[in-house]
Amino acid sequence: MGIRFILMVNKQGQTRLAQYYEYLTLEERRALEGEIVRKCLARNEQQCSFIEHRNYKIVYRRYASLFFLVGVDNEENELAILEFIHLLVETMDRHFGNVCELDIMFHLEKAHFMLEEMVMNGCIVETSKTNILAPIQLMDKAS
Amino acid sequence: MNPFSSGTRLRDMIRAIRACKTAAEERAVVRKECASIRAAVSDNDNDYRHRNLAKLMFIHMLGYPTHFGQMECLKLIAAPGFPEKRIGYLGLMLLLDERQEVLMLVTNSLKQDLNHTNQYIVGLALCALGNISSAEMARDLAPEVERLLQFRDPNVRKKAALCSIRIIKKVPDLAENFVNPVASLLKEKHHGVLLTAIQLCADLCIVSEEALEYFRKKCTEGIVKVLKDAVNSPYAPEYDISGISDPFLQIRLLRILRILGHGDADASDFMNDVLAQVATKTESNKNAGNAILYECVETIMSIEDSGGLRVLAINILGRFLSNRDNNIRYVALNMLMKAISIDGQAVQRHRATILECVKDSDASIRKRALELVYLLVNESNVKPLTKELIDYLVVSDQDFKGDLTAKICSIVEKLSPEKIWYIDQMLKVLCEAGNYVKDEVWHALIVVITNSSNLHGYTVRSLYRAIQTSCDQEAVVRVAVWCIGEYGDLLVNNVGMLDIEEPITVTESDAIDVIEAAIKQHTSDLTTRAMCLMALLKLSSRFPSSSQRIKDIVNQSKGSLLLELQQRSIEFDSIIGKHQNLRSALVERMPVLDEASYSGRRGGSGVSTSGINNIPNGVVKIVDAPLVDLLDLGVDEPAPPPNSSSGPNFLHDLLGVGADISSSSPQSGGRNTMHGHKSGTDVLLDLLSSGSPPAPAPAPATQKSSSTSDLLSLTQLNNNNNNNKPSPSPSPFSGLDTLSSPLPTPGASPMMDLLDGFGPNPTTPPPPPKEEDNGRTYPPIVAFESGALSVMFNLSKQPGSPQITLIEAKFTNKSSQVYTDFVFQAAVPKFLQLHLEPASSNTLPGNASGSITQKLRVTNNQHGKKSVVMRIRISYKLNNKDMLEEGQISNFPRDL
Repeated sequence: MGIRFILMVNKQGQTRLAQYYEYLTLEERRALEGEIVRKCLARNEQQCSFIEHRNYKIVYRRYASLFFLVGVDNEENELAILEFIHLLVETMDRHFGNVCELDIMFHLEKAHFMLEEMVMNGCIVETSKTNILAPIQLMDKAS
Repeated sequence: MNPFSSGTRLRDMIRAIRACKTAAEERAVVRKECASIRAAVSDNDNDYRHRNLAKLMFIHMLGYPTHFGQMECLKLIAAPGFPEKRIGYLGLMLLLDERQEVLMLVTNSLKQDLNHTNQYIVGLALCALGNISSAEMARDLAPEVERLLQFRDPNVRKKAALCSIRIIKKVPDLAENFVNPVASLLKEKHHGVLLTAIQLCADLCIVSEEALEYFRKKCTEGIVKVLKDAVNSPYAPEYDISGISDPFLQIRLLRILRILGHGDADASDFMNDVLAQVATKTESNKNAGNAILYECVETIMSIEDSGGLRVLAINILGRFLSNRDNNIRYVALNMLMKAISIDGQAVQRHRATILECVKDSDASIRKRALELVYLLVNESNVKPLTKELIDYLVVSDQDFKGDLTAKICSIVEKLSPEKIWYIDQMLKVLCEAGNYVKDEVWHALIVVITNSSNLHGYTVRSLYRAIQTSCDQEAVVRVAVWCIGEYGDLLVNNVGMLDIEEPITVTESDAIDVIEAAIKQHTSDLTTRAMCLMALLKLSSRFPSSSQRIKDIVNQSKGSLLLELQQRSIEFDSIIGKHQNLRSALVERMPVLDEASYSGRRGGSGVSTSGINNIPNGVVKIVDAPLVDLLDLGVDEPAPPPNSSSGPNFLHDLLGVGADISSSSPQSGGRNTMHGHKSGTDVLLDLLSSGSPPAPAPAPATQKSSSTSDLLSLTQLNNNNNNNKPSPSPSPFSGLDTLSSPLPTPGASPMMDLLDGFGPNPTTPPPPPKEEDNGRTYPPIVAFESGALSVMFNLSKQPGSPQITLIEAKFTNKSSQVYTDFVFQAAVPKFLQLHLEPASSNTLPGNASGSITQKLRVTNNQHGKKSVVMRIRISYKLNNKDMLEEGQISNFPRDL
């Protein structure tokens, strides 16, 4: 299992999406999210996209006001995770059209559906945007 | 009602939460929402259930408890419609986890959905199962998942494959069922299926050695071909990322090749070509390409060696390292760390670049680089590398100094070629980052200084210079104060000048000035000030003419609010003023501190803090001289920490002296032990009788009232001994009985009395023991059980000595055979002392028809702080075959 959690957090440190693939209590989650965001906010554009925190390696990327953070274990390929974050953003972009923080906030369940099609139990399932979005579009059509 | 238009009220809630300006406002909104959802839950409201769940997911994300919504998920999953199920499963994955018992209730719904006709519902169930399945669920639903690996739709197959990963992790015995289905999935074309099948394959290899062998033989060729196709494939828009065809798949393929090739020359050989192709053909100007190259390098490093590929890989890393992109440099450092054990030379070539990375502005890169440099240092490059690191220490960030200092100190301590270099480097570090240096480091420095007698003068002069510029670094001040106190005369008279030194003129009053400044500096803490007072006392003897000035300075601390300083200054003042005749002898130069014992103590203290289970090594490796090793451990007492002077440590000190005796005598006894088992007792005898006149061997049996005999009777450790004695007395254990009886006669416990006499204040009697410790007994424990052999311990305390535990060990043998030559041995960590008394017999009859008893006495020097632990070893002969049992007993009552 490579991916331990996926977070989307805005510049104010508010969590906008959180998906954990291992068990943490609510308190642990809140603490972890706070610590990581503080570390990320302290870094500048030129610095590398990886931070080591507790026993996680966190790969992050900022898109406008939103940080996408992926916590992985030590064996994971950091560069590939970076590419994965970009794929996730592109997928959401294709669905929402110019995705922004509010899209994710107000369509939290859809964002989760997409993530569910991409990652399962910490492993990547699918990398084709068409395949990822097919069931979601089908659902939209049905309703 | 359409559940996916979220409903206005979900939007309203999110808006309301967004509008909150403070955390308190947010809490209020959430509390209100939760209350209404709870109400809806208890009303069993069907219409808004999905919407309430969506709200709960949002609230959960914000970090509020939502457990009351768990049952709602289950209800939605059980609903017939897809939209309800969809949101129900999502809630299940977000709000629940495998630890909750509610989860068991969902197994049945999952089973139905896994068999559903709608493939999307099947997909949902698989996803949920894959994310949160517990071991029980995995066992129950594995057959369904196995079947779904062959489902017609590839989107279900890929999810089934990942679901299988969870199943085999939870229940590894199920692994073999999945090996064949995976082999066929690996032949597919669908990228999603391939990607997931490869991951399942990798996890199967981890769980099962047989699976690994199987895949190695049957699938290596296929996987190599898939990778070859991916590398050479024409443009495939759906999976293309910046001109590279499905990098995620390529990375997974490289990873499985790494697992298959590791430790297998044939498989490695097979993949050489394709790895070379990936390494040379992949574009390295985009992140996706670099991700593949990175993975490829790691695979090349892990599989069996083929020189050419390794060169290729190291070159790629060299290119990465000089890349301007920090991400690439970071992974290069990461990779070099793994490569160092494979090809140290090649990594050494990049030393200069890596050293530059230590100075990078990016904390992540610095940290990686520093760790890499630490691994790169060896005897030949330690000097230039240390110089670089220390130079950087001067300008580095405050928050990096701690890490950097620790690493430099560790390098210098580990690899210093000569003492003068060691001292020089440590002084530099102390001057730059003395406040970050750990206590052990400067303690070790002082030990080294005392050991290099030809450098005393040089060191004290260097420190004198250092403290002029770096008086704000506590560690420098302490070491300097200590050295000036100790070697002040060398400082003033320029004794032992080295050629490299510039001469300086220091007067007595200059030296005292330094110490006066240190004691008055407001940043100095108690330890530093106490050290200053001590240094002044010493200087008063080294510089008789300045005695009056020193007395004045010492007097200033008489009014200190810190008791330690006040006491010291009053005592020192009276030594300086009234006890001139004593003084010079009192403050003579410290004897050379023993490096070996100091480092040993550092090691020892590490062991004791890391938990009592961790008995220092040397216990288990008992080959030639079993008793000697065991005893060495039992008697050797850790010396007290240098600064404390409280009562119990005094006792430790005395016992520490005993340790020296014990460590020397086993050497002489060791030879004897080689001859046979029995002579081991002689060593014991030597040990315990040292200091007391040797008594004739049969004494213990006959003179039970004399204290010497009781002491000696302890030496009948080995029951083999009984055969050895010239005249086995009618009751060889009568003496022992007295010893272990709950009400001791004065002569019966000489050891104990002796130890009590060493208490903090010899004139007052030891404090009355607590009532509960008075001759207390404990329920018997089963200390050890292995097959037919079991050991019971009956524990009891002697009144008045809570530190001492008496143990009566009872051995029984439930097998039908008789055990002969039965010997029981035990070892304890350093804070305990152990005395074994002779066993009642050395033959243990079978069928539990009889038993051997043996008494042990354990003295816990850390009574109340640590509990008793023990390693035991039992040897016996079964049908003339030597048998050996070993074990650790850690189930003693805590307060022994």
